[in-house]
Amino acid sequence: MVCFLVAIAHTVLELRDKIFRPLRFNFVAVGLGFIFQTVFLYVRGHALGRCPITNLFEVIIFVAWSAALFYMVIGPAYRLSLMGAFTAPLVVLLQLIALVLPIDHPHPAKLPPNSWLEFHASISLVAYGAFALACIAGVMYLVQERQLKTHHLHSIFYHLPPLTDLFAAITRLLWWGFGLYTLGLASGFFVGQPLPWGQIVCALAVWVLYGLILQGRYLHWFAPKRVAALCVIGFSAALTLLWGITFTAQSHTP
Amino acid sequence: MNLFCVGLSHHNADVEMLERFGGSAEIDCLLKTSGGAEALLLATCNRVEVYGASESRISTLEIARCLGHRIDPPSRGHNVPSNHVSPESAPFYRYEGEQCVRHLFRVACGIDSMVIGETEILGQVKKAYEAARSNGSAGRYLHRLFQRAFRVAKYVRTHTEITRGAVSVGSVSVDLAQRIFGDLRTCKVLVLGAGETSEKTARALVSRGVCDLRISNRSGERAENLAQLTAARVVPFENWRSQCREVDILITSTSSEVPLLSRDELEPTLRERIDRPLFIIDIAVPRNVNANVNALDGVYLYDIDSLQSIAEQSLAMRREQIAAAEQIIAQHVAEFDELIARGLSQVAEVPEHPDVNESSLRTSES
Repeated sequence: MVCFLVAIAHTVLELRDKIFRPLRFNFVAVGLGFIFQTVFLYVRGHALGRCPITNLFEVIIFVAWSAALFYMVIGPAYRLSLMGAFTAPLVVLLQLIALVLPIDHPHPAKLPPNSWLEFHASISLVAYGAFALACIAGVMYLVQERQLKTHHLHSIFYHLPPLTDLFAAITRLLWWGFGLYTLGLASGFFVGQPLPWGQIVCALAVWVLYGLILQGRYLHWFAPKRVAALCVIGFSAALTLLWGITFTAQSHTP
Repeated sequence: MNLFCVGLSHHNADVEMLERFGGSAEIDCLLKTSGGAEALLLATCNRVEVYGASESRISTLEIARCLGHRIDPPSRGHNVPSNHVSPESAPFYRYEGEQCVRHLFRVACGIDSMVIGETEILGQVKKAYEAARSNGSAGRYLHRLFQRAFRVAKYVRTHTEITRGAVSVGSVSVDLAQRIFGDLRTCKVLVLGAGETSEKTARALVSRGVCDLRISNRSGERAENLAQLTAARVVPFENWRSQCREVDILITSTSSEVPLLSRDELEPTLRERIDRPLFIIDIAVPRNVNANVNALDGVYLYDIDSLQSIAEQSLAMRREQIAAAEQIIAQHVAEFDELIARGLSQVAEVPEHPDVNESSLRTSES
């Protein structure tokens, strides 16, 4: 978390001095943070003998890791390196929630190895990483759009990508997230054990939510600004539903 | 060895005076005057400066006379212009040693320019240095000084926001278009009105890659003329509203006394292009586009006041960066002074092909 905090502090200091050049520094800081996250998840997984997503604490850390992973892959590919300045606060927030809340309870039951269940859960959480990045791109779009509308251009304006590029990135991230999430949902049919209804309803609600956003984007129901806002609202709702999914999964495991 | 700079700039001279003393170099005269030492002439439309290195002191008047050599003396019997300035009366400034080094670094960084942070001056300094190097008038002192100036300018440009933002109405328009659309090559632009301002803005957009340019004007003849100049196609004036379905950028500059486009007129058109932004640049006075159009989703309306306001914001932002730039310059001045104090013992001879080229080498300061 220190690496992500350093990235945030660097951004804040540069904003204060009105010199905003977070490009390489933030990428390195988030990259280092990602490596430490990976090591943590590896150690935890090694101790558990399975993918470390057995309780809400691990699930949130996994989502934060997925967000950093998508930033590392998507950021440079779409020349959205400034995303680091926006990714770091989200990752810190997620990790703070995981650390501060008393949610790191060992799973009540010794879970038998089930590769389909692990695949189902992990791929769904990686999809959350894409949704997190779409949310961040949405925030960037809204910041840029607001400045263009009000004619008050801050230093950050010159470092944010063009609106059309951001909207293209949002669309691609939504597709990545939706595709992976659909794969995760489909793999749920092969886990070989009944899943609680609450979990299925919450998971389907997230799928329908993002499906509607994509549908609305292509049927021209929403202007790009509204799609960006829906990405932010959608991710907040998806996180809440994730809590529901994890809670029901934990309470229904024998 | 003494480093010095003697010159005139926009701070203390008008354009006419700069024209009188600038122009073709009298480097031979300068070298003779300075006893075979080093000399370099930097002449732009905003400054005329001589940088030199000599063992003995050369007076400002001697240099001013060298610069004045190219001015034909008024013939006898002809009237001397009332504003004629002789080398003796011209308000030349002089910087020596550390002050000279600091001044050059400030000039190269654009801090001393009329438009703070402009980058063309660096290209001009490089050209002046290249010319002096080619004719052998720049030796190892000036070589070292100018190479350091280029490094300082690059460092300041990278580590401060001194060059950030556009500072003229035309460049602000183009900058904003790029912030909305990114690549302008695929943008469709409609220019409404065929006046000088719309021509300038259209040309600025074409220079950034716009290929699809359309022009509409009440007078078809003027539209045709502008279309020929800018490789655009003419749209009949009665059809321009229907073009709003297709175009990405609309530039309006007609002399209409009443707004030509309102929110109610534009809203139905936007439903057909909901996922594509529309950037409207209204440079007409009085305005051609009703201000409430800006409230529509995906429409970004900028009138002449808002464009000027952004240009001023950028300029203010650049001014705020001067302190940071001066700090960097001060460090480099101290380092360079130390080098001079050591007598340039570690200085290499002038390389055959020093690094003066830059892709953005430009030729005019104004």
